[in-house]
Amino acid sequence: MIEYQNIFNQVQVQGPAELGITNGKGIEKERGGTPFFSKIMGWIGNAQIGPIHLGFFGLISVITGTLALNIIGLNMLAQVGWSFPEFLRQGFWLALEPPGPEWGLRMPPLDQGGWYIICSFFLLISVLSWWVRSYVRASELKMGKHVAWAFAAAIWLFLVLGLFRPVLMGSWSEAVPYGIFPHLDWTTAFSIRYGNLYYNPFHALSIVFLYGSVLLFAMHGATILAVSRLGGDRELEQIFDRGTASERAALFWRWTMGFNATMEGIHRWAWWFAVLTPITGGIGILITGTLVDNWYLWAIEHSFAPAYEGGYGYEAYTP
Amino acid sequence: MFDLDWFPKWNRENPKDVFGPAIIIGAVGGAVLVAALIITWGNPAETSTMQTGPRGSGMGVVELVANREAVDPTVEAYTSDAPYAPEEGDALAKDVYENVQVLGDVTEDNFDRMMASITAWVSPKEGCAYCHGDDETYAKDDLYTKVVARRMIQMTQLINEEYDGHVAPAGVNCYTCHRGEAVPSDIWFKRSPVLQNVSGWSANQNFATLQSSSTSLPSDALEQYLLGDETVSVHDLKPRVSNEGTAAIQNTERTYSLMNYYANSLGVNCTFCHNTRAFYDGEQVTPQWAVANEARAMVQDVNNDYLVPLKDAYPENRLGPRHDDAPKAGCKTCHKGVYKPLGGMDMISDWPELATTETPVYE
Repeated sequence: MIEYQNIFNQVQVQGPAELGITNGKGIEKERGGTPFFSKIMGWIGNAQIGPIHLGFFGLISVITGTLALNIIGLNMLAQVGWSFPEFLRQGFWLALEPPGPEWGLRMPPLDQGGWYIICSFFLLISVLSWWVRSYVRASELKMGKHVAWAFAAAIWLFLVLGLFRPVLMGSWSEAVPYGIFPHLDWTTAFSIRYGNLYYNPFHALSIVFLYGSVLLFAMHGATILAVSRLGGDRELEQIFDRGTASERAALFWRWTMGFNATMEGIHRWAWWFAVLTPITGGIGILITGTLVDNWYLWAIEHSFAPAYEGGYGYEAYTP
Repeated sequence: MFDLDWFPKWNRENPKDVFGPAIIIGAVGGAVLVAALIITWGNPAETSTMQTGPRGSGMGVVELVANREAVDPTVEAYTSDAPYAPEEGDALAKDVYENVQVLGDVTEDNFDRMMASITAWVSPKEGCAYCHGDDETYAKDDLYTKVVARRMIQMTQLINEEYDGHVAPAGVNCYTCHRGEAVPSDIWFKRSPVLQNVSGWSANQNFATLQSSSTSLPSDALEQYLLGDETVSVHDLKPRVSNEGTAAIQNTERTYSLMNYYANSLGVNCTFCHNTRAFYDGEQVTPQWAVANEARAMVQDVNNDYLVPLKDAYPENRLGPRHDDAPKAGCKTCHKGVYKPLGGMDMISDWPELATTETPVYE
């Protein structure tokens, strides 16, 4: 029996390549690349690859992004004396580090974080151009700007980490290094330095939204897959003309937990949970070190962490 | 001769999807087999937890049982020798031998006993000649090994006398670090800067080294904290920003590097000493924290007063590969990955000569 499933398609529908719409004003002119079909990609999504819209902002974004990545990579390579074997061996350890604290917000020499500033500048242009691109593309397609604003929420966190907070702290040294392990070291050190970030309520909120996003994604994905045999994967049709698929999905949740989201509303749930993750996280980072210096003590002060009376009795456990 | 057609024919006529069930049966069967092996033969990765704090605080050191029960061959190989009670009229080492600058007031018997044990602990293969060469008077100082050994005896006396808060009741002797090797394992040299073509903070981190316990944290932590006296603490003790305690992220990473070294040297984790919800809080640390803190002062003394000044005595092949610096000690030089070196074995009762910088007391 032929089945058409939503993911890992066993049957791949392949026709002539879809070249996309035109608006009569020549938006197709900035679309490039001859489309082709990939069976492997067809297993997880649309088998057609390309054409892609590059455009002015796309071009800027790709060029500056490539520059930033190359500055990082070449700096790492220089740090191991231009040795490729060392570069591969230490790749996860290496990083382009921000300037030391002694430089404040000044421009340091290239070998002491100057390259970091230049790289960050290009990265900023690249990310912002990509954001403009996501906004303009949606606009051209007469879509809502939901993707752009969701991306902006992520950019908010990126800007807090690399621009707003370092400026407020008066030192570029507060920024995050560009490296695999080093950025994780930064994260741990950041938590330890400011008295345990788990006591930061905005960090807590961010975790709630993060895990909430995961839960909502799993619930929604499972629900739609479960009713796709009844046409539930045609979500938009089900929104304006509810059929048995969304009726059953709604009943399932109402009978399971007494409440159900709607076919449209579930997407707002998901969007807001996802978007609030970096927004609340960014607030938490921004006020750390600028307003609050020790989250544990702050939490004690606000009866948010328990302060134990008397001793801990560690002596009983001394090895 | 043989008609084997029946087999492919039967297969054609009885199509069967064998791969689906094969994968399921194989996976389930494999899991059952592994479970049965673990139950009957024991779990090779079984762990046990040493609780270091009250219930609910999540404080415990998790160890592989195999590691905990492993027998350290250096513990087995340790030899000791009970002292001879000195009597009136016993000859003293300084009267019997020439050029006895330390241990001169020890009786000849005990001095000889000490020398024999030092040989067994430090240079079992090379023997007396490792320090004394072919000098039959044992008086010459022409070998660097002898000069260093003398200073190490003084260092051992200092450690037992001044830092008993850290080393008592086990105490230390030559074997605690040497374990039968002329050069103890787990000594360290200056390693920073680790990266080329960069300087400042960028140059001392993001490279896997022994000094950074193979992390990307700064590799100059031992140098700054165990040789220098850089501040380890990084916290502000007020909840709001007070512009006091302005340690940067970079300093925090260096502290973290030192703490990694501590933990790896002792085979423990953070909760051996800290309640990790508030690392800095002196009221929430375990008694081990104070022991470790005293160790830091001890290692600084040992490095600055004993090991580093010996630099000129060493031949070139004993110096550091990067900075030609003298070998230095850290936690791991004695601990070798366990929180009680040599399982807490008594190293000092037999050696009153090493317990004090003054005249030894025999009981």
